[in-house]
Amino acid sequence: MTLAEKILARASGRSRVEPDEIVVAGVDLAMSHENADLVRKAFLEIGVPRVWDPGKIVIIFDHRIPAESEKTAATHKAVREFVEQQGIRHFYDVGRGGICHQVLADNGHVRPGMVVVGTDSHTTTHGAFGAFATGIGATEMAGVWVEGRLWFKVPSTIRIEVEGAFAPWVSAKDLILWIIGRLGAAGADYRAVEFDGSAIRRMTVASRMVLCNLSMEMGAKVAFTPVMEIAPDADAAYERTIHVNLDYDIPEPQVACPHSVDNVKPVSALPEVPVHQAVLGSCTNGRLEDLEAAAAILRGRRVHPRTRLIIIPASQRVFLDALRLGCIETLVEAGAIVNPPGCGPCVGVHQGILAAGEVCISSTNRNFIGRMGSKDSFVYLASPAVVAASAVAGRIIHPEIVMARENAHV
Amino acid sequence: MSEAVSILRGRVAAVLGGNIDTDIIYPGRYLNITDREKTAEHLFELAYPGIRPKMQPGDFIVAAANFGCGSSREQAAAALKFSGCGAVIAAGFARIFFRNSINLGLPAIVSPSAHAECNEGDELEIDLAAGVIRNLSRNLSIAAAPLDPRAIELIRSGGLIPYLKARYASAPAAG
Repeated sequence: MTLAEKILARASGRSRVEPDEIVVAGVDLAMSHENADLVRKAFLEIGVPRVWDPGKIVIIFDHRIPAESEKTAATHKAVREFVEQQGIRHFYDVGRGGICHQVLADNGHVRPGMVVVGTDSHTTTHGAFGAFATGIGATEMAGVWVEGRLWFKVPSTIRIEVEGAFAPWVSAKDLILWIIGRLGAAGADYRAVEFDGSAIRRMTVASRMVLCNLSMEMGAKVAFTPVMEIAPDADAAYERTIHVNLDYDIPEPQVACPHSVDNVKPVSALPEVPVHQAVLGSCTNGRLEDLEAAAAILRGRRVHPRTRLIIIPASQRVFLDALRLGCIETLVEAGAIVNPPGCGPCVGVHQGILAAGEVCISSTNRNFIGRMGSKDSFVYLASPAVVAASAVAGRIIHPEIVMARENAHV
Repeated sequence: MSEAVSILRGRVAAVLGGNIDTDIIYPGRYLNITDREKTAEHLFELAYPGIRPKMQPGDFIVAAANFGCGSSREQAAAALKFSGCGAVIAAGFARIFFRNSINLGLPAIVSPSAHAECNEGDELEIDLAAGVIRNLSRNLSIAAAPLDPRAIELIRSGGLIPYLKARYASAPAAG
């Protein structure tokens, strides 16, 4: 069996399962952010007095922190009261957590073999820890809060084997953007994705989280990178296997151009694209290694006068680590503004909204129409290194060009 | 099953392309609206503001592949439902949107060719269980995937909340 099949078999009390079968699986962890308020309302409507297991629910505020409006403040308040009343043990309020997916990782909530559901599409991130982890809607989560289980169609699995070594300035973000560009925005719809190969096994956990996180943008139900505790069987059946060689296939950084994540081009193929805003953050690329990559480029350089650089550490923990290591100092000296750990402008709510006609280079995960503000703005997705280099140059650029120049504006 | 649920009849309010994402359906800036009925006010607001004002109860939205890709936001399905949408017909759905839609009692019907065989304003009749769409205006029969009986049961109940409410109504209060 594949990893997805193994985990669903265990969670549904079966010895084996096959793709397309419907199984009812026990849920080990149920995560929500601010939309816990929608879940709460649906839960109350169903009319069951207590949640199934207050120890298995995690609630983390991240989309609008601190509250940007009275309406959000009221939502936060209602969820806090519900948490208290139900005795939900794991609750990360403003200033205690950060972006939900990073907070789960920072605090060791996810373990190999678990079934994790979250009311956030990027819940696929936790496949980096060997969990069957996927996003669901608020009403469905209310059902989980009542019953502690959920039906799943067993997905078939696409295996992606990655060999070779990253070229300078090429990273996990470029790899997954390249794959999404090849497979398309629906290329892994309803499927599980298993990443493996020597290049994956050399990657940091943070980089593996990038792969699993963005697999959602090609429709994946779940995605996995290898862990020691659980592995697919040697005779596991895959729908298809894709081989990627970093040396030949991805010689340079990749950019997803407006307005879809599968509109991917190598950075050298882009025309001159001036950028008004650069964003480094999100559940995709707001971790310490991302901030360090940006700091390495911005050390001794300045953000271009016509560009604003917004830095958003993914969590309080990441923020603190980056402070202690001096990254934040480097970035602020270069002219960046630092947002509190949270989703910030990625979800188009606050803290860096784009005006009509503005262009943003971003390390985040979506470039849909109106995603970060005006429907007439343009979002390009790239790695932290490309974001930082573009912030210096004031246009989308390969980091090696910026690094080759002594200083100032390219 | 009641005839009223398994056979739908309505008008095509709009025919859209592929990859209609959840930000197009329901912009992120309105995610702090948690009253489902109120989400309708912002349906397609940024990208296709012309659609909502002309939606009539029972109207269908027709689209190409990967409808509802992106965020897990249930407001996308809720905004359609509470704008009066009777069903979404697409060449394919992103999985979270599909589940959200059924869980809210909004039929999501897979038809590879409907977007090519329907125009705005066409009258359609859909047999959910049989998987047949009839375009009455153009006298065409359009292939569709039959909806899973479990999905039809949820739709018949009015969605997952009423379904679970009925299941637990008679149960003694759990501790």
